[in-house]
Amino acid sequence: MDIDPLLLARIQFAFTITFHIIFPTFTIGLSAYIATLEVMWLYTGKEHLHRLARFWTKIFAVSFAMGVVSGIVLSYQFGTNWSRFSEFAGNVVGPLMGYEVLTAFFLEATFLGIMLFGWDRVPKPLHVFACIAVAVGTLSSAFWILAANSWMHTPQGHAIQNGIAVPVDWLAIIFNPSFPYRLAHMTTAAYLTTSFVVLAVGARYLIAGKFTEEAKTMLRMGVGFAAIVAPLQLFIGDQHGLNTLKHQPIKVAAMEAHWDGSKPGALVLFAWPDEKNEKNLFEIAIPYGASLVLTHSATGLFPGLKSVPPSDRPPVKNIFFSFRIMVGIGLFMIASSIFGAFLWWRRKLFDTRWYLWPMQYTWSFGFIAVIAGWMVTEQGRQPWLVQGIFRTAEGISPVAGGMVLSTLLLYVAVYAIVFSMGIYYINRLIAKGPIVGEDGAIKKGVPNRPMSAASEG
Amino acid sequence: MESYLPLIWALVIGFAVAMYVVLDGFDLGIGILFPFAKQEAERDQMMNTVAPFWDGNETWLVLGGVGLLVAFPVAYAILMPAFYLPVTLMLLGLVLRGVSFEFRWIAKTSKYLWNIAFAGGSMVAGFMQGIIVGGMVSGVKVQGTQYAGGSFDWFTPFNLMCGFAMIAGYTLLGATWLMMKTEGEVAKHARKQAMIALYAVLFFMAVVSLWTPLEHARIAERWFTLPNFLFFWPVPLVTAVLSFLCWHWIRKGNDTMPFLCAIALFFMGYSGLVISNFPYLVPPTLDVWQTAAVPASQIFSLMGMLFMFPILVGYTILNYWVFRGKLKEGEGYH
Ligand code: HDD
Ligand code: HEM
Ligand code: HEM
Repeated sequence: MDIDPLLLARIQFAFTITFHIIFPTFTIGLSAYIATLEVMWLYTGKEHLHRLARFWTKIFAVSFAMGVVSGIVLSYQFGTNWSRFSEFAGNVVGPLMGYEVLTAFFLEATFLGIMLFGWDRVPKPLHVFACIAVAVGTLSSAFWILAANSWMHTPQGHAIQNGIAVPVDWLAIIFNPSFPYRLAHMTTAAYLTTSFVVLAVGARYLIAGKFTEEAKTMLRMGVGFAAIVAPLQLFIGDQHGLNTLKHQPIKVAAMEAHWDGSKPGALVLFAWPDEKNEKNLFEIAIPYGASLVLTHSATGLFPGLKSVPPSDRPPVKNIFFSFRIMVGIGLFMIASSIFGAFLWWRRKLFDTRWYLWPMQYTWSFGFIAVIAGWMVTEQGRQPWLVQGIFRTAEGISPVAGGMVLSTLLLYVAVYAIVFSMGIYYINRLIAKGPIVGEDGAIKKGVPNRPMSAASEG
Repeated sequence: MESYLPLIWALVIGFAVAMYVVLDGFDLGIGILFPFAKQEAERDQMMNTVAPFWDGNETWLVLGGVGLLVAFPVAYAILMPAFYLPVTLMLLGLVLRGVSFEFRWIAKTSKYLWNIAFAGGSMVAGFMQGIIVGGMVSGVKVQGTQYAGGSFDWFTPFNLMCGFAMIAGYTLLGATWLMMKTEGEVAKHARKQAMIALYAVLFFMAVVSLWTPLEHARIAERWFTLPNFLFFWPVPLVTAVLSFLCWHWIRKGNDTMPFLCAIALFFMGYSGLVISNFPYLVPPTLDVWQTAAVPASQIFSLMGMLFMFPILVGYTILNYWVFRGKLKEGEGYH
């Protein structure tokens, strides 16, 4: 076959994992949110908290299902498309993924049953426990998979024997240099993304004048949480970048579109990186800005892209723009949530329509930032699959290009259907809202989902 | 000690796969039986019987796959490319049926589409799993530590037949599960379907048992030489007894016994497979030792496994306990 299997395999992996990460981002945050609601309900006994918990559980169920099925695909794709990588790194990343299955997936999957269907089957505290178990499960899932992923960025604790990476020190492998930053940044990203979804739905209901009691709770929780965590994310992201500078300087050079390492870096606000001529076109920049951020000295130096041959550079444009999208959204999140908190303090949060109206559309921002962030991280590692020791081109399976192309098309077709229907159905659930009993939501004969709250004391 | 590690891991993965086949087997079976239900309400009831369990069931598949990567990375790196298309189609089948569990309840006018996705996805997934099992028995071409065959090596009459055999087996598990978990019309149909599925399973078992040794000399040798035969002859005998019992209890309309017998039948088929291929993980070339991860990796994961295993089994039992009992017509978990 004359179709390049490497490029296709990369596109296929990027496509399926980008699809997957949307759902973990949401389910990590949402399970924690639902657990919080239930704990509050347990202590205060307020019925609208119960209604909210049930409402979000329905949406959680749909998202979780999509997360699970797209995740199963990934765990097999390591073998189907990256078999040489599996052989090379299996001894190191395999066990980390094994621990993920053992400590996270079974916990989530089992207590999910109780969380979704156990409302009237188990005592209240056990239900609350199940929600917490699911939230903890999703977090430990992130812990292990991010350990595996971080090892690929900053590998340590291994040795190369007969061309294969073998473990020497497990603690060094798990707690590799980029792992703490990545774990903190990703979990915060998940919580932040979810709080903007909650906030947006609250704003949507207030604008429409529906479910006002629930909407106010959602808005308060969303704004309050985001106002604290969004600035925190800026701090974590900054630390993450400093750490990356230490271990993957070329990635940072690409983020900043910094070509010449012999001069201090400018903070580039906008530019069109021209990879062929190794310079930026249409640059608008703050002189010495990047050096100030990264080295805490206006004249500090950091490596530029030209310090490595072109074949060892990652795709600069993608990284440069993705990074700006992520940071831009991060700054917007800080500004909008702090302003929301200010309105709340002035007791105007629920009546300031010009604030609520745009906020109802911000539910997607977190997801976009997460995807952009991963683009920066993963493309910034290119052309390495495991930084410095194993190239992406070495990792693929002995599979014909035509094969990879046809399965890629199948994935695109199936995921397009599943994703658009999933979004459509979630939107329908949101439109229906946290309703109770009588109004036709619960028809006799097909009682199935967590539904009527009316039957509960 | 280190030479036992791969054996222990083979046992662990064997157990995970067996758990998967039985647990997800019955819920794929429900999907396969879906088109044969007469009314929407019956389909609701069928789906409700597995709704709280399917995710947990599928997690055993993840454990099997990741377990292979953990303990036998070389086997994982050979088998996945070898079964590239069947694996991908199985995964896509699982995607479609998995989301149907949720989408179907929310859909209004397009509910029938998710019925199709649920049934189709289940059938494709089961069929592909059968092909993969058949392909393992038939053998995989290897050079060094990489797959060396073509994209369609798995496309043989024997493997396709194994695909159909798997469908029959899952149908039997699904139908007997429904006999156990439902009442009314659904249970009545399930009884008839279970009988048909049992006949189909017996037919395929007979065909596989004859065809395999005829085509594969190494497997014929494994079974029919002395002293092996002295140890293995009870396998077909026990299978025959179990089949009779299964038939008997389906006819009587017993609630739980047919399901248990179906599981036992599956285990007999599975043990036949193990006998034919042990200790090869990539038959007929690479065995569990040649494909094993380094001891440091196997030991590290095994510690977690030993610690977590009782807990996993505990969760699973808790879940089945919370949702125990029969599901009446029009009843769900709420
Ligand atoms: C930061 C978190 C995170 C990241 C980077 C990934 N996942 Fe994931 N995954 C989860 C967080 C998660 C989760 C929160 O645990 C999920 C998502 C929603 C869900 O249902 O569980 C999940 C589900 C999930 C499942 C199904 C689990 C089940 O049966 O219950 C599998 C097999 C994987 N993932 C595998 C992967 C692989 C192979 C990845 C990388 C290549 C990956 N995930 C990236
Ligand atoms: C979940 C969030 C993640 C996202 C959104 C993501 C995104 C991407 C993208 C976009 C690529 C393609 C880069 C390119 O080819 O230029 C890629 C490559 C890859 N990533 Fe990640 N990644 C994620 C996590 C992980 C994790 C957790 C692992 C492993 C444990 C991983 C392993 C890989 C591998 C094996 C490749 C293939 C090499 C390649 O295509 O270049 N990724 N990822
Ligand atoms: C506010 C300013 C932010 C800064 C300075 C920042 C900084 C960074 C940096 C430097 C990386 C790349 C790290 C590496 O590859 O080594 C990164 C990755 C990432 N960012 Fe951000 N970030 C910010 C905001 C956000 C926001 C708001 C989100 C999502 C809601 C987000 C989600 C991610 C994700 C998912 C990744 C990839 C995973 C990882 O490497 O941690 N970031 N970020």
